Amino acid sequence: MNLKKALLRPWVLAAAAAASVPAALAGDISGAGATFPYPIYSKWADAYKKETGIGLNYQSIGSGGGIKQIEARTVTFGASDKPLKPEDLEKKGLTQWPMVMGGEVAAINLPGIKPGELVIDGPTLADIYLGKITQWDDPALKKLNPGVKLPSKPIVVVHRSDGSGTTFIFTDYLSKVSPAWKDKVGSDTSVEWPVGVGAKGNEGVSGNVAQFEGAIGYVEYAYAKQNKLTYMKMINKAGKVLEPGTETFQAAAANADWENAPGFYQILTDQPGAKSWPITGATFILMPKQVPNAQDALEALKFFAWAYKNGAKMAEELDYIPMPENVVKLVEQSWKNNIKDSAGQPIWK
Amino acid sequence: MNHIASVSIRSSTAALDVPAAALRWHNLRDVALREATRLSAILVLVLLGGVIVSLIYGAAPVLRSEGLSFFTTEAWNPVTEKFGALGPIYGTLVTSFIAMLIGIPVSIGVAIFITELCPRPLKRPIGTAIELLAGIPSIIYGIWGLFVLAPFLQKEVQPLIISVFSGVPVFSRLFAGPPYGIGVLTAGIILSIMVVPYITSVTRDVFETVPAVLKESAYGLGCTTWEVVRNVVMPYTRTGVIGGIMLGLGRALGETMAVTFVIGNAHRIAPSLLAPGTTISAAIANEFTEATGALYTSALIALGLILFLITFLVLAAARYLLLQLERRAGK
Repeated sequence: MNLKKALLRPWVLAAAAAASVPAALAGDISGAGATFPYPIYSKWADAYKKETGIGLNYQSIGSGGGIKQIEARTVTFGASDKPLKPEDLEKKGLTQWPMVMGGEVAAINLPGIKPGELVIDGPTLADIYLGKITQWDDPALKKLNPGVKLPSKPIVVVHRSDGSGTTFIFTDYLSKVSPAWKDKVGSDTSVEWPVGVGAKGNEGVSGNVAQFEGAIGYVEYAYAKQNKLTYMKMINKAGKVLEPGTETFQAAAANADWENAPGFYQILTDQPGAKSWPITGATFILMPKQVPNAQDALEALKFFAWAYKNGAKMAEELDYIPMPENVVKLVEQSWKNNIKDSAGQPIWK
Repeated sequence: MNHIASVSIRSSTAALDVPAAALRWHNLRDVALREATRLSAILVLVLLGGVIVSLIYGAAPVLRSEGLSFFTTEAWNPVTEKFGALGPIYGTLVTSFIAMLIGIPVSIGVAIFITELCPRPLKRPIGTAIELLAGIPSIIYGIWGLFVLAPFLQKEVQPLIISVFSGVPVFSRLFAGPPYGIGVLTAGIILSIMVVPYITSVTRDVFETVPAVLKESAYGLGCTTWEVVRNVVMPYTRTGVIGGIMLGLGRALGETMAVTFVIGNAHRIAPSLLAPGTTISAAIANEFTEATGALYTSALIALGLILFLITFLVLAAARYLLLQLERRAGK
């Protein structure tokens, strides 16, 4: 009898625990994916929880993981920095929209060089990452920076070692500006790097750049800013020399033609316009077209609508670029058209 | 006499009969223990089998599409989905080799010092310090490697090595610039520091099992400390020392975080030890979460399978070596 009791007890406890867990989590929105927007999603979630009492459980496991989880329908939404192509969306029964945008900069570590002192253009950046330019006093760099004394130091190229939306945006840009890059390497969340050392995450790349003299790396602007890294100015498609920042990122975003992009498949790199920062990208949310649980999906959509409406200032504080109003309208219209419950009725009204 | 004996036996069995319930209970406990331990042992085997099966199952797509060239090419291109494991295999073996090259002499030296030469008051502190080293989480080694060791190597050591060996055949290739600070050599150095406590504590323990009478008679014959260590301690403890080395090698082969920080994570085989490379476990840790596409994931699982095989082969080789040594010692 005693034995039986002892055996039973853990089961009772476990059952009690199992019964109480869903109750505690009920109402929380679950999502998984990209690490790039994680800081802003968690900031929004905090504010949203204070207002509505509904929390967000977002696992920043990476874009690839986010796509896998939403395909398996284990989360209510997935997040990815690399948009899925319209045909892939169709195949997987998903719909996607841009949530927030950001810019990337080339950060360097050269003693004596101040932030924004050096200028670089796309083809030269590609040549550095191709291993064609290996010294800081290379003629190509000298030509772009007359009057700056460039040291005769080897360039330490730093790239991401993990798959990443940041890498996708960066390599997409290099592919657009350098035929050699497009031919030899191409663009994806991870690629076969011809040269350089790999580091994990935006933190890893900024850490490595800060550690090693002569280093160059690409990071999301917020990381460069927070770590006080020396960023480079860039020459954009229109041939203008630009300083990175909210203004130039927004200019690139404003040029994007979201209206005529099926599935919001739109990559913001190398946009035309005198003030468009060349390496800009959006991060995307993925949801099933036919949702398994209409209530959960509606809660998630409510959160996104709230974030579009009230989250712009918070986004700017963290150096993200909020979506322009006309795009938000398009997105909400797409919710009505695309996200249906099991009866085929739209969830967002 | 007989009669009495039988009676006493009967009475004694009767005496045992009284707490029969207790006896049964003891018996039951014995059976339960036997079954529980047997079950645990079987469970380990089942788990091992499950790991192998799931690794092979996961690795199948890439092995089917790449065939044997998966093991012999170093291309690692997620864009075109061309995968070859040679880069990580090379990195794993070379970093472990460097770690052993530095780690084994240092560890055995420390163990000899502690057991044979160390003044008694120092014995404890040094022993504890070594054990503390083993307790440091590997990520701390990684961070230390990236922020302290690598910049030091980049600024002070590597330029020197490069200039010293430039012009020397073979070595000039082995130590060719530019000095990144991080790379295969740095990873090997970090690993060597990490394996030292493992090898040292095992070797020290086995050195202490050498009977004092053996050592004292050797000293009595006029042997020097070196001769005692070389001819008495070492032969007596060979098996244990090799066991300790294997433990260290096992750690070096599978170490992930510390290596990821300092190896440079590049899927390339460069002749220079100063160049960045990658290891199997570092590649998996870096790329698994963001591996999009079935073939990419499969390639990473296949890497895991290879690491499993390498570890298995190393352990098997160690066993074989021990067997040979014992046979020779027996003769």
